[in-house]
Amino acid sequence: MADDYVIEMLHITKEFPGIKANDDITLQLRRGEIHALLGENGAGKSTLMSVLFGLYQAESGEIKKNGQTVKINDPNDANRLGIGMVHQHFKLVECFTVLDNIILGVEDTKNGFLQYDEARKKVMALSEKYGLKVDPDALVSDISVGMQQRVEILKMLYRDNEILIFDEPTAVLTPQEIDELMQIMRGFKEEGKSILFITHKLSEIMAVADRCTVLRKGCYEGTVDVASTTKEELSKMMVGRDVEFTVTKRSVERGETILSVRDLVVASKAHDNNAVKKVSFNVHGGEIVCIAGIEGNGQTELVYGLTGLEPVKEGSITLCGMDITNAPVRQRNISGMSHIPEDRHKHGLILDYTLEQNLVLQRYFEQQFQDHGFINSGEVRKYANKLIDSFDVRSGQGPVTVARSMSGGNQQKAIIAREIDREPQLLVAVQPTRGLDVGAIEYIHRRLVEERDAGRAVLLVSLELEEVMSLSDRILVMYEGELVGEFDNTVSTDELGLYMAGAKRMEVKA
Amino acid sequence: MKKNNQMLVGIISSVISIAVGLLFGFILLLILNPAKAGMGMGTMLTTAFSNMDQFGKMFYQAAPLLMCGLSVGFAFKTGLFNIGASGQYTIGAFFALFGAIGLQLPWWACLLLSCVGGAIWGIFPGLFKALFNVNEVITSIMFNWIGMYLVNLLLANMPFMLSAYYGVGTTDRTAALSDANPSAIIPTGGLNHIFGNSSWINISMFIAVAVAILMWVILDKTIFGYELKACGFNKEASRYAGINANRNIVLSMIIAGALSGLGGGIYYLAGTIQYVLEKSILSMGFDGIPVALLANSHPIGTIFSALFISYIKVGGSAMQPNFSSETINIIISVIIYLAAFALLTKIIIAKFLQKSDKKEVKA
Repeated sequence: MADDYVIEMLHITKEFPGIKANDDITLQLRRGEIHALLGENGAGKSTLMSVLFGLYQAESGEIKKNGQTVKINDPNDANRLGIGMVHQHFKLVECFTVLDNIILGVEDTKNGFLQYDEARKKVMALSEKYGLKVDPDALVSDISVGMQQRVEILKMLYRDNEILIFDEPTAVLTPQEIDELMQIMRGFKEEGKSILFITHKLSEIMAVADRCTVLRKGCYEGTVDVASTTKEELSKMMVGRDVEFTVTKRSVERGETILSVRDLVVASKAHDNNAVKKVSFNVHGGEIVCIAGIEGNGQTELVYGLTGLEPVKEGSITLCGMDITNAPVRQRNISGMSHIPEDRHKHGLILDYTLEQNLVLQRYFEQQFQDHGFINSGEVRKYANKLIDSFDVRSGQGPVTVARSMSGGNQQKAIIAREIDREPQLLVAVQPTRGLDVGAIEYIHRRLVEERDAGRAVLLVSLELEEVMSLSDRILVMYEGELVGEFDNTVSTDELGLYMAGAKRMEVKA
Repeated sequence: MKKNNQMLVGIISSVISIAVGLLFGFILLLILNPAKAGMGMGTMLTTAFSNMDQFGKMFYQAAPLLMCGLSVGFAFKTGLFNIGASGQYTIGAFFALFGAIGLQLPWWACLLLSCVGGAIWGIFPGLFKALFNVNEVITSIMFNWIGMYLVNLLLANMPFMLSAYYGVGTTDRTAALSDANPSAIIPTGGLNHIFGNSSWINISMFIAVAVAILMWVILDKTIFGYELKACGFNKEASRYAGINANRNIVLSMIIAGALSGLGGGIYYLAGTIQYVLEKSILSMGFDGIPVALLANSHPIGTIFSALFISYIKVGGSAMQPNFSSETINIIISVIIYLAAFALLTKIIIAKFLQKSDKKEVKA
């Protein structure tokens, strides 16, 4: 046998109402390789992996392990075959300890009592061996996202899984944590474990993967050796056209002050300390100001305070000369603030509403869309179709698609369409490209720059340094609730990293 | 799948679930009393259609059930579980009777009063939820008991409300409307002639159906309904959209309370029944929960689920001498319980249809 395949998925087809998520897809995983699965949002990557993990049943096609046809009806079957998966959204019990989470479902018991000693030994040995640092007695709700991911990985190892699936593992990690993860993955490879790595970040594929299978719109585009390809080629396979990696920005005259924040203090929900401590800054028309920082340094609370989702403790917020410090959300919306929220499922969309209902979420009460208190459904439909066309929001049934059934990228596009079309004075965009593919990222970046070019103020909160560097006109670094650095976009990422980590700081004045 | 198709599947699955429920009820009857099972089942299924009087009774009971079902369903759509329909219903009944007997008002004014009473009883759980984030289930259960004892207390101290005042020797119930104020009895609108002089029938079912349609319009066609449902589906996203979620919680509970209250008014102004001072909560409000669940909280569907449950109940009460009331209640519960599996049946049918679709494509 020329190729030693540990898992083969042959001609897999999976349909959902209105959409063919996987159309005759073949994926062959060699023993001891890191195999990347690349594709835009909605290309069918997650569906394919869910078929392999037993969460969905394919309509046609077969799965082979070591050349033998197998049937995977549920995750327990997958587990028995040595297949483990780290999901994009972790499946951990928040109020359990790390150790409890790892052994959950495969506990050793004696006379009905849990036996922790053996389990603890095994977990610590694995943790040592692969450099997966965890505190076995900490509660999951108390540990960082990076450690949560290590717990998920340990869960797979504890079950002696040989085939490890990573579903977009880097989306939630800081740059340093990503490097660590790559190192760990290489370690697994040396051990002879086989890895399936779902991602849409090309640089990570180039860094760590041996081969890469590309999907586009549910179809198989091909499998390539990473060593003999380039980023450009991969992205072309994925998107179907050439992709611009650099954002072109023309220089724009800085306009008047749109947003002015003075000594803002926002309380924290997690602890007694304030999450935002006396922060002051301005955002002008025609500029993109970026708040950079490592996750959890008060960015979320700052945005909540600005947008009215949380009350402000002290300080003032002025939008276009109007004091909105204590204004309700609706008044801020009407006064020209748009908000692309960090969590599109929690805040951005009502998932059980249709696309068109979501597109008028802040406008349904406007004269245009109502008639004496009744919804003017004709106008809503017309408006939704206009946005769907001009922002290329794709879905199974157009305006009447239930938002829940749309892919993440198209959900985000819908939110961006809604927020930009309101023609705001200030656009607050929090992690607008989180979890999106290059095609969508390119598009969203272009839209943000267009807003800036049109003279609007853009406040961008991002954890991705690449995004920060390519988009911002001005960068503010946030650390432990304070602004500790202000730069223009010529600063080096290394320098920025020092401020983000709290190693250096400067006085920032508005 | 087309929208019409989906509706058809929904109706078919409801019918199948009801049939399965009836089958299980029959099996249970066979176990409990094999000799009379066939007869008992026959009584249950045919009584409502056996004569015009019973047919009228089905509508008479369905109207307040429908109101309570609408109340629970409306709150559900806003993400609230209104288990306090019973208390609101009781207060509504009291307001209506006070208007009728105490104030000598005509029937329509009394019905308006019943809405007001129910609405007042809905405000409290709504306010507690909105202002202090107290779970509405707990408060509304407490307000069921508070409502019942308050009404008993008030009536005990209002001798002019009781039937003894009109020369009928009991002090445990309110005066018969035919003695106290015939103008407060909901008119029959000539329906009694159609229904063979049934003593039960009046225009209350029309009122209830009209309210159901009104609720459907509010929920589906107005911006107010859009806001309410948005709060029910995702409170955080509603806040993000600038919707005042707390205001909507209170409004939703007020409306739900008014609906239950109207149910109480409709029932006690029919002129066929007197409010009896009791020490247990009236079950009508709780019966609203399965009515709403069976219809998946859809106001129009609630009309049919209320009729169905009323139909089973009318049949059940006719089984009385042969079966104990406990047995009958068990049978009714089993039927209702299984009928609520409609959603499950719907999924099975949808899967089945999908498979046959594929076969057609292949062939």
